[in-house]
Amino acid sequence: MNFETTIGLEVHIELKTNSKAYSPAPVEYGAEPNTNTNVIDWGYPGVLPQVNKGALEYGMRAALALNCEIRKDLHFDRKNYFYPDNPKAYQITQSDTPIAHDGWLEIELEDGTKKKIGIEEMHVEEDAGKNTHNPDGYSYVDLNRQGTPLIEIVSKPDIASPDEAYAYLTRLRQIIQFTGVSDVKMEEGSMRADVNISVRPIGSDKFGTKTEMKNLNSFEHVKKGLEYEAKRQARVLMSGGQVQQETRRFDVPTGTTILMRVKEGASDYRYFPEPDLPPIHISDEWIKEVKDSIPEMPDKRRERYVNEWGIPEYDAGVLTQTKEMSDFYEATVASGADAKLAANWLMGEVSAYLNANKVELQETALTPEHLATMIKLIEDETISSKIAKKVFKEIIQNDTEPKAWVEEKGMAQLSDPAKLQPIIDEVLDNNEQSIIDFKNGKDRAVGFLVGAIMKQTRGKANPKVVNKLLMASLAER
Amino acid sequence: MAITANEVKHVASLAKLEFTDEELQKFTGQMDEIINMVEQLGEVDTTDVPVTSTVTEEVNVMREDVAVKGTDRTLLMKNVPEEKDGLIKVPAIIDESEEG
Repeated sequence: MNFETTIGLEVHIELKTNSKAYSPAPVEYGAEPNTNTNVIDWGYPGVLPQVNKGALEYGMRAALALNCEIRKDLHFDRKNYFYPDNPKAYQITQSDTPIAHDGWLEIELEDGTKKKIGIEEMHVEEDAGKNTHNPDGYSYVDLNRQGTPLIEIVSKPDIASPDEAYAYLTRLRQIIQFTGVSDVKMEEGSMRADVNISVRPIGSDKFGTKTEMKNLNSFEHVKKGLEYEAKRQARVLMSGGQVQQETRRFDVPTGTTILMRVKEGASDYRYFPEPDLPPIHISDEWIKEVKDSIPEMPDKRRERYVNEWGIPEYDAGVLTQTKEMSDFYEATVASGADAKLAANWLMGEVSAYLNANKVELQETALTPEHLATMIKLIEDETISSKIAKKVFKEIIQNDTEPKAWVEEKGMAQLSDPAKLQPIIDEVLDNNEQSIIDFKNGKDRAVGFLVGAIMKQTRGKANPKVVNKLLMASLAER
Repeated sequence: MAITANEVKHVASLAKLEFTDEELQKFTGQMDEIINMVEQLGEVDTTDVPVTSTVTEEVNVMREDVAVKGTDRTLLMKNVPEEKDGLIKVPAIIDESEEG
């Protein structure tokens, strides 16, 4: 029996607003515990939450970038649950009337095929605080994250393989990053994925029973967990068994999934409309305003690099993987660097440096202005490509102005014929044998002479100018 | 409608509360009375009244996205039974996180 796989993804993304979803406490990653909280976050009696307009707008921005329809009239709901990460004992969410629905994004698989994956709905809600379980039998709660605005993006069950799930997450992260509403960092928890998966015999018109994995924190884990689950479920069915509806956990060391708990009926969250927050009406003007505030998306940028700057399709794709890289590239070109040379440097030396040192572009000292200046120094032959490597190392490590540094260190190329000619004459005078060899047709002699001149100038001579002058001098001898 | 002791037990467990048999009897009776009182609203004719989730008729009450410094932690911690290094110490409850 052969099986087909159906995967659904629910992705939570933290919005990088200035303040929380329903309270004005600051949103900031890595702050001292419990310093970015207030009485609203702590659920004190008598407090009145208020909707952060910025959180709704960021949500709308994400939704529009994902081709969603925006709901015009909505209200918030309370999802009741009792847990120390949220002292209110309920989460304010949008259960009945999610702010957006029916969107899609396009994924590209490794073989180049493209596929649209539908988005069922997207809503704005709030994150919970952070519980740290300690071996002493207690938990320690930090409420800084409590109330941080989140969007939850629910895919349609259009994803048919773990590879497609991986591509979906990659694409989703890219789009959200370019909208500027989140850092979408899995490692910092600003992007988290819940996945569900079921298998059914090919041709069957009924979905199989699905299992769930929650809070996966890397794309690789999502893919591996799903691969294991698809095989496990198929094995259960092949042996005549039945898949149970349950929550499983991906176990990193073994690469398998482990049963956490069996689902018994629907969760009892006792949803009801949030009485503290009046409903929201979203006008067409407001939608247009938000639409106009969305930065240029990666596909548009890619097109522009290819059509206007003559960058190869593949390179344009690499440069638009992250907003950080794309913004840096554009700023480098805006600072006067040739678009193609700037692309080559960013994809070559810069990427190699980032990989080798495991750092992000913004963690280095490199600025677009300095990179552009260095590229211009190469272009006008002030520095050789060999010296450029030294300059590059300096500007990416120490925030040094390249032009001044090249002058200070005397690294500029020697291109002035008036200065080079005496050196060439001297080398020729000292190497009579090479001149004879050259006249006898031994081309190797030229290489030897160039080497001697370079040595004399400590590598600073412009090889092109040296070659031209040397050939002329040899002809005269 | 009559509420059962089992329903009261269930709601209590959602709130992590435990009752003795006597308490359960007492609260079942009290909750039943409360629900019967609210049920009286069913007698009102609401044929032409639209469904609403709010009582104020206000719409779009929002605040601009401006951060205000958090409340002084030492003040907040005055209502915390036990703290450690700025964290709130609570009994461990594992595997029930409802993040998101």
